[in-house]
Amino acid sequence: METESTIQKNEGEPFEGSPMPAGRSKQSRRLRQNIIFGLLRIAALINGLALAIILWFMIARGWRAISWEFLTQAPTDSMTKGGILPCIVGTLALGIGAMIIAFPIGVASAIFLNEYARSGKVLRIIRLGINNLAGVPSVVFGLFGLAFFVIWLDMGVSLIAGALTLAAMSLPVIIGASEEALKSVPDTYREASLGLGATKWQTIYRVVLPAALPGILTGGILGLSRAAGELAPVMFTAAVFFAPHLPSSIFSEVMTLPYHIYVLATAGTEIEATRPLQYGSALVLIALVLGMNLAAIIYRSRLRNRLS
Amino acid sequence: MATLNSRTREKIIKNIFFCVALACIIMLGLITLFLFMEGIPIFDKVSIKNFVFGVYWYPTSEPPDFGIFALITGSIFVTLLSAAFSIPLGVMSALYLAEIAKPKMREIVKPMVELIASLPSVVIGFFGMVIVAPFLQDAFDIPTGLNLFNAALMLAFMSVPTICSISEDAIYSVPNALREASLALGATRLETIMKVVLPASISGVSTAVILGMSRAIGETMVVLMVAGGAAMVPHSIFDPVRPMPASIAAEMAEAPFRGDHYHALFATGVVLFLFTFVFNIVADIIANKYKQTGDATL
Repeated sequence: METESTIQKNEGEPFEGSPMPAGRSKQSRRLRQNIIFGLLRIAALINGLALAIILWFMIARGWRAISWEFLTQAPTDSMTKGGILPCIVGTLALGIGAMIIAFPIGVASAIFLNEYARSGKVLRIIRLGINNLAGVPSVVFGLFGLAFFVIWLDMGVSLIAGALTLAAMSLPVIIGASEEALKSVPDTYREASLGLGATKWQTIYRVVLPAALPGILTGGILGLSRAAGELAPVMFTAAVFFAPHLPSSIFSEVMTLPYHIYVLATAGTEIEATRPLQYGSALVLIALVLGMNLAAIIYRSRLRNRLS
Repeated sequence: MATLNSRTREKIIKNIFFCVALACIIMLGLITLFLFMEGIPIFDKVSIKNFVFGVYWYPTSEPPDFGIFALITGSIFVTLLSAAFSIPLGVMSALYLAEIAKPKMREIVKPMVELIASLPSVVIGFFGMVIVAPFLQDAFDIPTGLNLFNAALMLAFMSVPTICSISEDAIYSVPNALREASLALGATRLETIMKVVLPASISGVSTAVILGMSRAIGETMVVLMVAGGAAMVPHSIFDPVRPMPASIAAEMAEAPFRGDHYHALFATGVVLFLFTFVFNIVADIIANKYKQTGDATL
């Protein structure tokens, strides 16, 4: 980068007689800078270290539990043995269900915000709504899902109630990602299309959306992984301690990985004996979520390199 | 005729998108409505004052006590202590990323911070329970490792990514002309960061801090698994606490449907919702009133 090199060159070479030093010598100013820059580096390092420690513990203690049987069988002996297949299925079903609902709504909202809306009161209110929805605590979404979907709409504790609750929660994530993708489409694309006589909608549908699609899909994957890892919103709306069968319809109750981990770790009758199962489940959940995220992040950075 | 048709069509399409864009506001409205609808009936039994300032939370005893003051203080203390870790760490990491990291390092560290943000909260809660708690118990010789301090640590870890990425965005978008002017006047890079770049991006950084704290106060699974669960006002940072989200998540399953306990938990949800609502409104006001220098997308 150009600026980087200019900054490097100027570093620590104040003009003679400039007012800034104010009694401090050049060396002490340099030293101060080096110490503080060192601290900043350490701060960034702490984050990496913390992530590495968590991943290391989970992998070191979890990998032994993972086997083909663990991934493909249902829990047995009142959940003290066996596998976690129903939990994996339930987690994916909830996440994908939430995306089927939230993705179209989120993308359409982003299209309105970025392509149609002019700055003004309406836009300001919609943005305030999105920001506040993004800030609603996950457990409050759970309460809302219980009161509205489960009880008021009479869906019962079910896959669909959980997916709707998660969809409400992921909406701001999808809108944010889609908006960023739409913004990165250069205006010249739009102008060229409009100049050729296309209408606004034709321009959006044929030119802007295809160009922004990879970025929008990345947002969808991120939303999916967020939804799959959440527990508080589905605790009262979809998840159950134990379900004898795989979910058969959208009105079935489901088991989910996060709930499985929580229940085994806090409320099971044999907390210590099932530790390997807990670590194993946690590792599978991490693999699912981080895998999706990593894929999205790598895909996005490739995309950015291609655009620039 | 044809142009008229396509014009009406365009108008209809625009209006459809407008209606869909209202979904978020409608959701927010529904959430508020149903929280209040299910929460307000408890105030037939206890006054608002006794509910908010009552120190005894014994929802299942006979007669029950519905005072959530201990839960509120639990939430506030956990959030403040976690902020003491997460604000310096988040802002410093953001400064590192935006100001001194080489482009190559940035490419590695930024995705790493995003990965931290994507770790499921139940995994962090589990980690705090089985790894950090026994460690703290030994290291500080305390009766239980499941306490305020542990919960604050775990929450800090969760809110650092929020604080870091929003601050980084704000700091990075300070125009280079400002940096160059300061350097040309003879300031060192550190002096430039402290006296020019940070002041120019302070509104973005404050927004980041507030949103990070709002995330911490609303986080559920971590405090449910790690905070210890005792509904009392803490006297030391190693006391177990029961923040509001933990209380709701732990008790909702066993609260009789539309009983007093059920309504009390919804009312607790209302209080929690109001807390985060205020955080978000303040963040929004700061972001709008003190316009960011440069073009950060907050």
